[in-house]
Amino acid sequence: MSFVLCLLCILLVPFATAGLTLMHQGLGRSRSAAHTMVSTLCVLAVTSLAFVIVGFSLAGVNGGATHLIGHGSAAWDWAGAEPLFARGVHFDGSPSGLLLCFQMFAAGLAAIIPLSTGSDRWRLAPACVSTGLLAAITFPLFAHWAWNGGWLSHLGLSFGLGAGFLDAGGSGTIQVIGGLTALSIAWILGPRRGKFHNDGMAAAIPGHNIVLVLFGCLLALIGWIALNSAAAMLFYGAGIVLVPKILANTVLAASASCLATVLTTRLRYGKPDASLIANGWVAGLVAGSAGCVFISPAAAITTGFIAGAGVMYLVEFLELKLHIDDPGGAISVHAGAGLWGLLAAGFFSSISSLPRGGQIMAQIVGIAALLGFMLPLVHGLNLLVNRYMKQRVDADGDRQGMDVRELGAGAYPEFVVHGDEFLPR
Amino acid sequence: MKFIGMLLLVFGGVIAITAIALLRQPVQQDCFIVAGVALEFLGLTLVARDYAQTQRSAG
Repeated sequence: MSFVLCLLCILLVPFATAGLTLMHQGLGRSRSAAHTMVSTLCVLAVTSLAFVIVGFSLAGVNGGATHLIGHGSAAWDWAGAEPLFARGVHFDGSPSGLLLCFQMFAAGLAAIIPLSTGSDRWRLAPACVSTGLLAAITFPLFAHWAWNGGWLSHLGLSFGLGAGFLDAGGSGTIQVIGGLTALSIAWILGPRRGKFHNDGMAAAIPGHNIVLVLFGCLLALIGWIALNSAAAMLFYGAGIVLVPKILANTVLAASASCLATVLTTRLRYGKPDASLIANGWVAGLVAGSAGCVFISPAAAITTGFIAGAGVMYLVEFLELKLHIDDPGGAISVHAGAGLWGLLAAGFFSSISSLPRGGQIMAQIVGIAALLGFMLPLVHGLNLLVNRYMKQRVDADGDRQGMDVRELGAGAYPEFVVHGDEFLPR
Repeated sequence: MKFIGMLLLVFGGVIAITAIALLRQPVQQDCFIVAGVALEFLGLTLVARDYAQTQRSAG
């Protein structure tokens, strides 16, 4: 592994966070725009602290101290046991320093995903507490299982399931964890005021700045290439020669996904839909991450195309059939495309001399762990937070918008006046 | 219904992992893993349907 290249990639990962933040901001209402940005900054601050203080201890380091269930060959490595406050990390050129920095950024990326779903109604304080728990418990636990020598990564060695669970760029560890948290938040918060009519029909509440959304997509691409490259180098030992393959696969998956969404929205609505195309682009990035270093460019295109074609239908299904109000489409894009990406990595991975069936089963076991353990854990923690701190803003805040309610001023005071801010209470 | 759905989610995960730990025949192992995931999707459907029904009745 090239220390310098890996460090350079890690330095570029925040572009992915910035890109997603711009998307979330643009897809929300203008009266909550400043609140979305402030929430993102606060959440990133909380996740950085929570991950370094507690999370890194649970995430552990491959070959480091761990918590085991059972013993001998039947031992299940379920959590890291590094010292708190990252006291075991030595910043002397060893990989542990890189691991800490990369996973700190990855936890931040996972933590901002639910902010998109909770847009226009998720209060700042509970959002910080909820994402703090994500960075301290949920994310590190799965990061240990999948990346840092935990039981999922050993499925191949211990139980003969292919090469073990593959998640090179974090489709599962970052995106699905963030997407499932977003689903839990959507269930707890309920829909925005005026989203669903009495007859059950959904009202379209368009995003307020599609230019920011599309610029966010371009920014996210830089971050995603860096994210996939750094993760493949850190957790799967990918050499510098494989970076061009990761770069090509990431871009191809996003491109195929974007064009698939253009096609499906054109066929369905008569014209391409800008916000769904942006979601399609990110869905391709998300789906292509898991297998970015293991699959061929043709497989990356197939993975991206299916993700892009499916994202519109999933957004519609969640909104119209399940009555889930997800303003930025985060659940479909991150959880939906992420799960597909994990499965696709099993179908298309080209690790020689290993039976494909075993690899697919390893990926399915990873999906089972995400749905069977991570979703209940995340939902339980969020319900606990909601019991002591109401996560949803009150009815007045719903009417006024989050900017005025929680920050006291709007994002665009000179340009936008909301009539319903002056309604009698 | 929501609680039962959540229990099914966990139960499905436990079945999948127990299958890996206890069963040695690949076919049996695969069947139980797939059954566990199917149970999880059933649980997820129950939770999601319960939420949708609550929203409809509230609307």
